[in-house]
Amino acid sequence: MIRTHGLTKRYGAVHAVEDLELDVAEGDVYGFLGPNGSGKTTTVRMLLGLVLATSGSIEVMGQAMPARASDVLPAVGALVEGPAAYAGMSGRANLALLDAMGPAGERASRARRVDDALDEVGLGGVDGRPVRAYSLGMRQRLGLAAALVRRPRLLVLDEPTNGLDPQGIREIRDLLLSLNGAGTTIFLSSHLLTEVEQMCGRVGVIDRGHLVLQERLDVLQRPTGRLQVRTPDVARARSLLDGQVESHDDRQLLIRYADAAALNSLLVREGVRVEMLAPEKRTLEDVVLEATESGSDRVARP
Amino acid sequence: MLRSRRTWVTIGIIDLLPALVAVLLAATDLGPRPGTGPAFLSAVLADGALYPLAAIAIILPLFLPAAVAITAGEAIAGEAQQGTLRYVLIRPVGRTRLLIAKLVSVMGFVLVTLLVVAATAYVLGVVLLGNQTSTATTTFSGTSLTTSQLIERTGLALAYALLSMLGVAAVALFLSTMVQSPLAAAMGTLALLIGSSLLLTLDAAHGLRPYLVTRYWLSFVDLFRDPILWHDVVHGVILQAGYVVVFLGAAWANFVTKDITD
Repeated sequence: MIRTHGLTKRYGAVHAVEDLELDVAEGDVYGFLGPNGSGKTTTVRMLLGLVLATSGSIEVMGQAMPARASDVLPAVGALVEGPAAYAGMSGRANLALLDAMGPAGERASRARRVDDALDEVGLGGVDGRPVRAYSLGMRQRLGLAAALVRRPRLLVLDEPTNGLDPQGIREIRDLLLSLNGAGTTIFLSSHLLTEVEQMCGRVGVIDRGHLVLQERLDVLQRPTGRLQVRTPDVARARSLLDGQVESHDDRQLLIRYADAAALNSLLVREGVRVEMLAPEKRTLEDVVLEATESGSDRVARP
Repeated sequence: MLRSRRTWVTIGIIDLLPALVAVLLAATDLGPRPGTGPAFLSAVLADGALYPLAAIAIILPLFLPAAVAITAGEAIAGEAQQGTLRYVLIRPVGRTRLLIAKLVSVMGFVLVTLLVVAATAYVLGVVLLGNQTSTATTTFSGTSLTTSQLIERTGLALAYALLSMLGVAAVALFLSTMVQSPLAAAMGTLALLIGSSLLLTLDAAHGLRPYLVTRYWLSFVDLFRDPILWHDVVHGVILQAGYVVVFLGAAWANFVTKDITD
């Protein structure tokens, strides 16, 4: 669906994106993660033909971008760095106007498509108020509706749940997952790890313009082979498992042990009271923090 | 744009100045002496049918170009500032196409303004000013014009004014693709116009004069001489065409290769 080769963007001496090799398959929900200023937005803009690459190539739906933009973009819906609308017009008028621009916006079905998109994002009952009177959350929903009007095959979304309350976030997440279930590929750029963790099948991590990681999420979160044990009897457990305890504090132990069930029965047999026993998994946060340095918005004293 | 209230308020304000002048002239009957003051003003006291031309001569030096500079300066920079430019471009609307659409809408605005001003001025001229009932209108050269000749020449004058504004629009559109703020694009264009008008009055700038954008704007007056004095009008057309080609070309070259980062 999206494939880039050696994609590079330089602004003068600044290397915003360097030698990027993205690979997003059809049907993926792809999480594109990175600290602020790491090149996420520049990459998204290059995929959409807004920013022109210094070198390298981009292929979207098998066609070269930005050369074939007029063929590719009608099937792409996008939210780039926050929603935007003509403030003096109503949400419905904004969607209709945007749909009327560019190719493939069939006039006969426009009103219905606009209504459908508004329904999907929960703005179906919105009145004729101009967008300037909308709340942040409503603007965000309207931006999403604009991305959905053309029934795109690919959604490129930059921070889609920005400004929404917890219910709204859950609602949009469910909407995106159901669209994905119906065959829409989703490229989700975000710095919200939980959002990516809950939605995405694959993740790419960008840091200082370099893609430092691109892998399936379940592979990244594979058990580490260590077991976490919480118990009030830490000292007793340590003496029992001498040499296998990798670390501990006064309530918990981290033990290298292959079989969780065997460890449990051993501990219980020896009279260690077990409160919790679970295989240790790496969280996405661990993975990302390990792969990246702090964002460019942190300007420390040298 | 025609549905926007702001457009009509702008046209109304532009229209107000010639209307005020007409009322003052009618009330006082004090025209400028022939050969002084804005073009046509001394003639309209005798013949109100000429007032549309006087009205255009009144708005052409400042009012209309200022409105064009603001409207065209907003074209790209305004969309960029409110964030809608990126969404328009990924719809997708081709960048060349967007530029042309913006220029067409600006020129549509100019045309509507000119027609509104001319129509208002005609009505005011006939009602308030000289109501010479004869069908012949006198040229500056003293000979008379038939009604069909008058209509033809008025049409030419409107077309000439339109072309002059196209030059302004091209400059403003170019600046609009260059800068971040619509205000800066409008002010830059106005600075060029004011600078040009200023240099026209300066003898030391004599060599530059034929190339200044405002140099031939009021030459449409020559269309109402008999025979028509084509020299300045033709130079004006060539000069404006030059401005249009250079600045539209620059606007296009800049816009299609620009990184849209706002």
